[in-house]
Amino acid sequence: MASVNMNQPLLALAGYTIRFTTPDGAVQAVNGLDLTVAPGETVAVVGESGSGKSQTFNGVFGLLAGNAETSGEALFEGRDLLKLSPKELDTVRGADMAMVFQDPMTALNPAMKIRHQLSETLKVHKGLKRREAEAQALAMLKKVGIPEAERRIGQYPHELSGGMRQRVVIAMALLCRPKLIVADEPTTALDVTIQAQILDLFRDLTTDAGTALVLITHDLGVVAGIADKVVVMYAGRIVEEAGVDALFARPAMPYTAALIRSIPRVDRDVEAVEPIGGRPPDLIHPPQGCPFHPRCRFAEDKCRAERPPLAEVEPGRRAACWFPFIDDGAGTRRGETMETAGV
Amino acid sequence: MSETLLSVEHLSTVFSLRGRSMFAPNVELKAVSDVSFSLNGGETLGIVGESGCGKSTLGRSILRLIEPTAGRVVWQGRSLTDLSAGEMRKARRDLSIIFQDPVASLDPRMNVGQIIAEPLKVAEPSLTRKERRGRVEKVMEEVGLAPEMINRYPHEFSGGQAQRIGIARAIVTEPKLIVCDEPVSALDVSIQAQIVNLLKALKERMGLTLIFISHDLSVVRLVSDRILVLYLGRVVEIGPRREVFANPGHPYTKALLSAAPIPDPAVARARGRTVLKGDPPSPINPPSGCAFRTRCPIARDVCAEVPPPLAEVGADHRAACLFWEEVRADPAVVD
Repeated sequence: MASVNMNQPLLALAGYTIRFTTPDGAVQAVNGLDLTVAPGETVAVVGESGSGKSQTFNGVFGLLAGNAETSGEALFEGRDLLKLSPKELDTVRGADMAMVFQDPMTALNPAMKIRHQLSETLKVHKGLKRREAEAQALAMLKKVGIPEAERRIGQYPHELSGGMRQRVVIAMALLCRPKLIVADEPTTALDVTIQAQILDLFRDLTTDAGTALVLITHDLGVVAGIADKVVVMYAGRIVEEAGVDALFARPAMPYTAALIRSIPRVDRDVEAVEPIGGRPPDLIHPPQGCPFHPRCRFAEDKCRAERPPLAEVEPGRRAACWFPFIDDGAGTRRGETMETAGV
Repeated sequence: MSETLLSVEHLSTVFSLRGRSMFAPNVELKAVSDVSFSLNGGETLGIVGESGCGKSTLGRSILRLIEPTAGRVVWQGRSLTDLSAGEMRKARRDLSIIFQDPVASLDPRMNVGQIIAEPLKVAEPSLTRKERRGRVEKVMEEVGLAPEMINRYPHEFSGGQAQRIGIARAIVTEPKLIVCDEPVSALDVSIQAQIVNLLKALKERMGLTLIFISHDLSVVRLVSDRILVLYLGRVVEIGPRREVFANPGHPYTKALLSAAPIPDPAVARARGRTVLKGDPPSPINPPSGCAFRTRCPIARDVCAEVPPPLAEVGADHRAACLFWEEVRADPAVVD
């Protein structure tokens, strides 16, 4: 492989599009996505069910259903994953990039002991002998915090708790020291206590090993403490991208602001949360203009007619909105906001 | 607040599990262990705890959907646990439940109208078809479903809408108490808010009393007047919402609070790491003394000896920790 340029993103999606052909028509699941992940960076991809956040990365890993069609580019260290043969993709997948799913049971073979699930990865990708592979598997189980790892490694997945299974899946993902881990709702099925442990584990791994992490979630709350960058998706498009502090402090897109306001707080008394009215759009017949306009209380004629491009709204921040920063949380309309804010 | 509507007295639910071999004795799993509390009319009690702590079993035991093994449930002065099956059926019209998985809890072969009307057939068999349909349409409107959807089937609905159907079914008999068992856990955050607000509005409008079971403390904080924290089937803390969240008396409550995510990057980063390691121990063979001691950051030898009693730590606020004063005095114990 050519030497890696440190300024080069690890993963770069450009004009990345996924279409599903269904009996009801073509579903535009992902639309012209431009997204980069730098080495060692933690990127949170946030959106509601059906926003295309999972499909995007299923596509990167070549895991889409048979009726899917991808176009555009998905460069991993400069190689276009979409152009690789299944065999070539297998050498990248599992070795240089690994995926962690929501339900650890789907990622583990129920009929195989933990020992074999883990060492198989090493035997396939690194050509290790059984004894060496098992030693490394055991070391990794200890590293991800499995108690009594020597005993656990001889057990089957059903003998472990949900949190422990997810640790095994993470250990499996880490075995070949990948440069990128994509975790799709890795803590959604877990208790808050276990969720906190898993997020701590990810935080350590990205800091210590310099692994890049893409965290896919519907819950903006969990990304606050872990992400460097947040990408908000809506109806198969990126609608906002910003550093985590900037995004929470001052969201540019009304959808992001609404998502933040819909999260209940554990650390203060709130009388009510503000739900986002309506529902995500039908991707077979997406609305004209801005896909969010039917649910946006600031929508104007322009929003209904023309789709806003994803554009720089501040240095280092992008948003797809004709009136960025219009939503200050008070529900005021644009004219008032600009006056009071002195913009 | 009105007078006591429900009182749960020393309720225990024990499951008997088959031993590991044919000859091994059966083992007992104490899912709910000596739980007592009372609820006033119009109040919402939040029950929190990790998976397997017995919170769903407790909710179901109160309604006798699972038969409790010991203790009493007194509803408006009558002991539910002593009622015959026929009397219980009559009492049921006041008591209702909403389940976690909205789609799985709806019969896929029944349309929305049939699903919502089902409890009415039992509770008010004298209604005519037309009257029943009128009641169904009325509750559909109350939960934000268009009455035109009455002939549709569950698979045609999103998760949030399916949960609205579940809520409509729960309120159609005009109950007084509803047990909500993780009603929003399977939904997206943006949809959770809709359902939570709907439940709060219905509670006000119908004067409902709610038991709200959830592992998500932020949702519980939003809806509850009082909080009950359960660990391995036992009450470790119970008290007014504000007190339990702002000034917990049990290290487990503190640990749960410190683990809950906060949607504010600066606050989230500044918080301490979670102290709570590992999973809860098995309820089949719980630790001696205080069940939490194996994961507790301040456990001492004495904690292994006897289960700590629920001590009065404030007004209407009790915690089962020998060292509750220390827990409350030192904000750094957990966080």
